[in-house]
Amino acid sequence: MKVLVPVKRVVDYNVKVRVKSDGTGVDIANVKMSMNPFDEIAVEEAVRLREKGVVTEVIAVSCGVTQCTETLRTAMAIGADRAILVETNAELQPLAVAKLLKALAEKEGPHLFIMGKQAIDDDSNQTGQMLAALLDWPQATFASKVEMTGDTVNVTREVDGGLETLALQLPAVVTTDLRLNEPRYVTLPNIMKAKKKPLDEKTPADYGVDVTPRLSVAKTTEPEARKAGVIVKTVDELVAKLKEAGAI
Amino acid sequence: MAVLLLAEVTDGALSMDATAKAVSAAAKLGDVTVLCAGAKAADAAKEAATIAGVSKVLCAEDALYGHRLAEPTAALIVSLAGSYSHIVAPATTDAKNILPRVAALLDVMVLSDVTAVVDADTFERPIYAGNAIQTVKSSDAKKVITFRTSTFDAAATGGSASVENIGAADNPGLSAWVEDKTATSDRPELTSAGIVVSGGRGVGSKDDFAIIEALADKLGAAVGASRAAVDSGYAPNDWQVGQTGKVVAPNLYVAVGISGAIQHLAGMKDSKVIVAINKDEEAPIFQVADFGLVADLFSAVPELTGKL
Ligand SMILES: Cc1cc2nc3c(=O)[nH]c(=O)nc-3n(C[C@H](O)[C@H](O)[C@H](O)COP(=O)(O)OP(=O)(O)OC[C@H]3O[C@@H](n4cnc5c(N)ncnc54)[C@H](O)[C@@H]3O)c2cc1C
Ligand SMILES: Nc1ncnc2c1ncn2[C@@H]1O[C@H](COP(=O)(O)O)[C@@H](O)[C@H]1O
Repeated sequence: MKVLVPVKRVVDYNVKVRVKSDGTGVDIANVKMSMNPFDEIAVEEAVRLREKGVVTEVIAVSCGVTQCTETLRTAMAIGADRAILVETNAELQPLAVAKLLKALAEKEGPHLFIMGKQAIDDDSNQTGQMLAALLDWPQATFASKVEMTGDTVNVTREVDGGLETLALQLPAVVTTDLRLNEPRYVTLPNIMKAKKKPLDEKTPADYGVDVTPRLSVAKTTEPEARKAGVIVKTVDELVAKLKEAGAI
Repeated sequence: MAVLLLAEVTDGALSMDATAKAVSAAAKLGDVTVLCAGAKAADAAKEAATIAGVSKVLCAEDALYGHRLAEPTAALIVSLAGSYSHIVAPATTDAKNILPRVAALLDVMVLSDVTAVVDADTFERPIYAGNAIQTVKSSDAKKVITFRTSTFDAAATGGSASVENIGAADNPGLSAWVEDKTATSDRPELTSAGIVVSGGRGVGSKDDFAIIEALADKLGAAVGASRAAVDSGYAPNDWQVGQTGKVVAPNLYVAVGISGAIQHLAGMKDSKVIVAINKDEEAPIFQVADFGLVADLFSAVPELTGKL
C-alpha cells in the first residue's frame, strides 16, 4: 500500500511576516522557510503506518520552486522513502496544486493521501478537499486519529462541536489536525540517509496541468494594530477598569 | 446576482448566529437563497426563513445528509449550483470541509475566511495568521466563499421567506459516519459568546482548568483554550482559539496563562476588550491587552471570580 504525502514549503511558523510598504505582498526575502507544520504531522503519520507494516511506501511530493527539494529532504529524513518535486516558479493556488496531485495519483496509484489541513501562509484549507473531489475519492479532514483496517480507514476528525469519526473506503484523502501525532526530531544520521534517497524532478507541463492562478491579489495591507493598554496592579483595579469600560 | 448560502445545521438545529452572520455578508452580493440540509431540516428551514434578507429557503431533508458528509452534501450543492453566481457559507469546520469539494467540482477556487466584501468579484481575507490582509479578485465564473463570522454582524430576524422542499441528489456512497463525541454544555457557544475566558498552558492541569471555568460561569462566558492547553489535555479540541482553531471577537476576552503566540492572537485579537493575566510581564499577550495583570493565576483568578 502506497501513501502520497504533499508537503509545502512555507515561511517558518515562528516568523512574523511583514507587509511590504508598497502593498504588493509580504516580504519573505531572507526569511526562514520550513515545511508546513501540518505536513510534518502528515509525513510522521505516513511513516508510522509504514513502521506498523500497514503501508509499504511513503512518497513525499512538493510543488513549487527548486528550494522545495530541501522540504522534500526533510520529509525523507523523517522517513519518507522517496520524493517528487513538481518544479515551477509560477504562483500555485490550491486548485492548481490539487490538479497536479491528481495527475500524480494517476501515475503512482496511491491508496491514500495524507496531507496538511491548512498551509500556514495562505491559510486556505482547501487543497485536500479539492483533490478528493477531483479524484472522486472520499475525504476526512482535520484528522486527530487514523486507523487502517483492510480496505477502509477510520478517521476521527476535530470539528466545531467536538469529535466525529468516519469510515472511508480506500483510496481516500485525509488531512491532518494538530493532535494527530507529535512529529519526531530528525536526527543527523537520518538527514545523511535522506540525501541518498531518490528525488524525481518534474514540471507541471509533464502532467499537462494548467496552473494559471484564478485569484489575483489587488493589494496586501497590514491589519489594524491594537494599541497597548494599561497594566493594572490589583484585581480590584482590574474590576474597576472593566466596569468603567462597560465590559462587565 | 444570486447567492446560494449553505446554512449551518447540526442534528436538525439551525445555528442561527453563524447563518445570520453569513447572510449579512452575502446580502451584499445579491438575492440570498439559503439551503438547509439534514436528516431533519424542516425546523431549521422554517427558522432560516425568518432571517431578514433571505429571499428563499431550500429544505433538503434526507437521511443522506444526517451527518453532512462532504461527498453527498457537495453533490447536492453542485446539483443546485447552475442558478447561482456565488456559493457561500459561514466558515465553520462543516463548511470548510464541504465547500472546497464543491469548488473543485465546479473548477473554481474557494475564497476562504473572507472578512470583507469589496464587490461581487473582490474580497478581503487574512493570510499568515492575520498578519496581513489580502484584497483578492477572482476571475472564476462562480465564486465559492466562506465568511469569517466574527467580522460580520448577524442579520436581523423578522423576514418571512418561502420554504421549498427539494429532493436528495446522488449518493456517492464513499464514506460513512461512525460516531460523534460531543459534549453538551449550558455555557454560551464559543464563537457567538459576548464574553470568552480562555486558559493556556499556565493553568497546568485539567483539574485546575476548573479555575477558568468558574470565572467563565461567573461572567456567563464561554470557555476557550490555547493550543498548548488542548495538546496537554487540559481542554477539549473544540475550545481551541487561534489561527487553526476558532476565531472569536467577543466584547470581552480574558486570556489566562496564555503567552500570546501569533497563532493564538490570530483567533482573538479583534475582541473589543482584552484582559491578560500572566505572571510573566514580558509575555507578548500584554502587547494586545487593554488591561494586563501581572500575577499568579492561581491567586488572581479565584480572587477575580470572588469579586465579580
Ligand atoms: C501550525 C500551528 C498552528 C497553531 N495553531 C494555534 C491555534 O490555533 N491556537 C493557539 O493558541 N496556538 C496555536 N499554535 C501554538 C502557538 O504557537 C503556541 O505554542 C501556543 O499558543 C502557546 O500556548 P500557551 O500560550 O498556552 O503556552 P505557553 O506559550 O507555554 O505560555 C504559557 C504562559 O503561561 C504563563 N504562566 C505560567 N504559569 C502561570 C501562572 N501560575 N500564573 C500566570 N501565568 C502563568 C507563562 O508566563 C506563559 O506566558 C499553533 C502552532 C502551530 C505550529
Ligand atoms: N505547493 C504545494 N506542494 C505540496 N503540497 C501542497 C502545496 N500547497 C498545498 N499543499 C498541501 O495542501 C495542504 C493544504 O494547503 P492549503 O489548501 O493551501 O491550505 C498543505 O498542508 C499541503 O499538504
